[in-house]
Amino acid sequence: MKSFIPREVETLWTLFTAPTVWALHFVVCYATVAVFCARGLASEISFDTVRIGLGVVTALALAMIVLSAWLAWRQWGFGSDDPPHDEATRNARTLFQGFATLLLSGLSFVAVLYMAIPMIFIAGCQP
Amino acid sequence: MGRALRPNVRLTADGAMGACRMDDDRLTGAGRPIRSGRDIGRGGYRPAIRVVKFFLLFPLLASCSGVQSALDPAGREASDVANLFFAMLIGGVVIWAGVVVLLFHAARKRRSYSEKGAGQLILWGGAVFPTVILAALLSYAVWLMPNVRPWFSEDMDVRRVEVIGEQFWWRVRYLDEGGAVIFETANEVRVPTGERVVFLLKSPDVIHSFWIPVLGGKMDMIPGRKNRLTLQAEKPGTYRGVCAEFCGTSHALMAFTVHAMEPEAYETWVAARRKASGGQDQEGLALFLRHGCAACHAISGTEARGAIGPDLTAFGERGSVGAGTLPNAQEHVARFIRDPGQIKPEARMPHFSMLEAAEIDRIAAYLKGLR
Repeated sequence: MKSFIPREVETLWTLFTAPTVWALHFVVCYATVAVFCARGLASEISFDTVRIGLGVVTALALAMIVLSAWLAWRQWGFGSDDPPHDEATRNARTLFQGFATLLLSGLSFVAVLYMAIPMIFIAGCQP
Repeated sequence: MGRALRPNVRLTADGAMGACRMDDDRLTGAGRPIRSGRDIGRGGYRPAIRVVKFFLLFPLLASCSGVQSALDPAGREASDVANLFFAMLIGGVVIWAGVVVLLFHAARKRRSYSEKGAGQLILWGGAVFPTVILAALLSYAVWLMPNVRPWFSEDMDVRRVEVIGEQFWWRVRYLDEGGAVIFETANEVRVPTGERVVFLLKSPDVIHSFWIPVLGGKMDMIPGRKNRLTLQAEKPGTYRGVCAEFCGTSHALMAFTVHAMEPEAYETWVAARRKASGGQDQEGLALFLRHGCAACHAISGTEARGAIGPDLTAFGERGSVGAGTLPNAQEHVARFIRDPGQIKPEARMPHFSMLEAAEIDRIAAYLKGLR
């Protein structure tokens, strides 16, 4: 059976997955609320609908970050080796990148959570 | 002749009033001069004396109360702000103390810890703990926000006051239900207690910021925009508001008096203020008009309808002269008329030192007598 989990690839791009998810989540949240208020949609759609919608977006973003973190953990060899991974070898480079990606995923996870907290408390639009 | 008063009151470079001593000068800020180095620490104290002196400063904490202290709230919004401040302060002190204890422990460590243990400490103490604490503080602050900045749309039935910040004074207009101006006054804001008041904030020149620390947070007044701020006073009293955004040379001399009044007293004042007239003292009024004061100033019930400067109706009741600069005494009014620029640098009012001292005194007496 083919696993849905991506196989291990060696590229620098995976490092940016979690921060990219955070940035997208940030833009989606800000833009949605701003457009909702600026267009005066409050009379047609309740703010709670927006809140739930953005809650789903937040859950998706967190799931993607967790996946990115798991892949990074795998790349790091599930923590079998301790940092700083500073030898000039291919293996050390891979482990270092895995560890860095894992830390960035943690940071992005917290950033997305903090971004979501105000959305719980926003009362509505101010004309 | 006109100089006789000058040596008594002078404005020094650091804004402190020289020999000016009035009974209640708190409203003008004259009672809280910026201390120069000459007052404290003159000569060489020995360290022990310094330490004693430092502890003697502790009673100064009592000055956290007062007419202009956000830590001594008299309004609903301000008490939320104060609670937030104290929650942050106590939390910050506890964390700081913990870090200091850890620091001392590390500096005199008797036993060594494994690298793994140190890693655990960094993970839990340096990453997880701050994340949880910051999340809690963020939630608390965001949860408070609707209380600190309550929102009322303009068509709702709330009392509205329009405040316009100008260099370097405050134009205050009380509005009726329809939004029409009932009357205008200056450098003084009166609010009833136990009731929400929406302030509509504007500026024709530069950015100012409207701040009554005992009642709530500050809000900028931005040219071309109309900002709103809602405040609710709970404790009756006389307070002080200030401009909280640097707006020019006399920015620090741009303050106002705030009277939080019982609702009945407030209604009585509004009724009295609507009927106020400057026509009782005809001789003083004639002098006021003859010297052109009416080109800029208005006094209700008279021909004076100038709109450039502060409205002077019922000036005698005001808490200060020159927007919170000097206590409201006749000699200060006379000094201000003679040369406003000496008291408030770059004020737009021209000097009137060409007038006879007796005439200036007479106009000052007239203004001081306005009710």
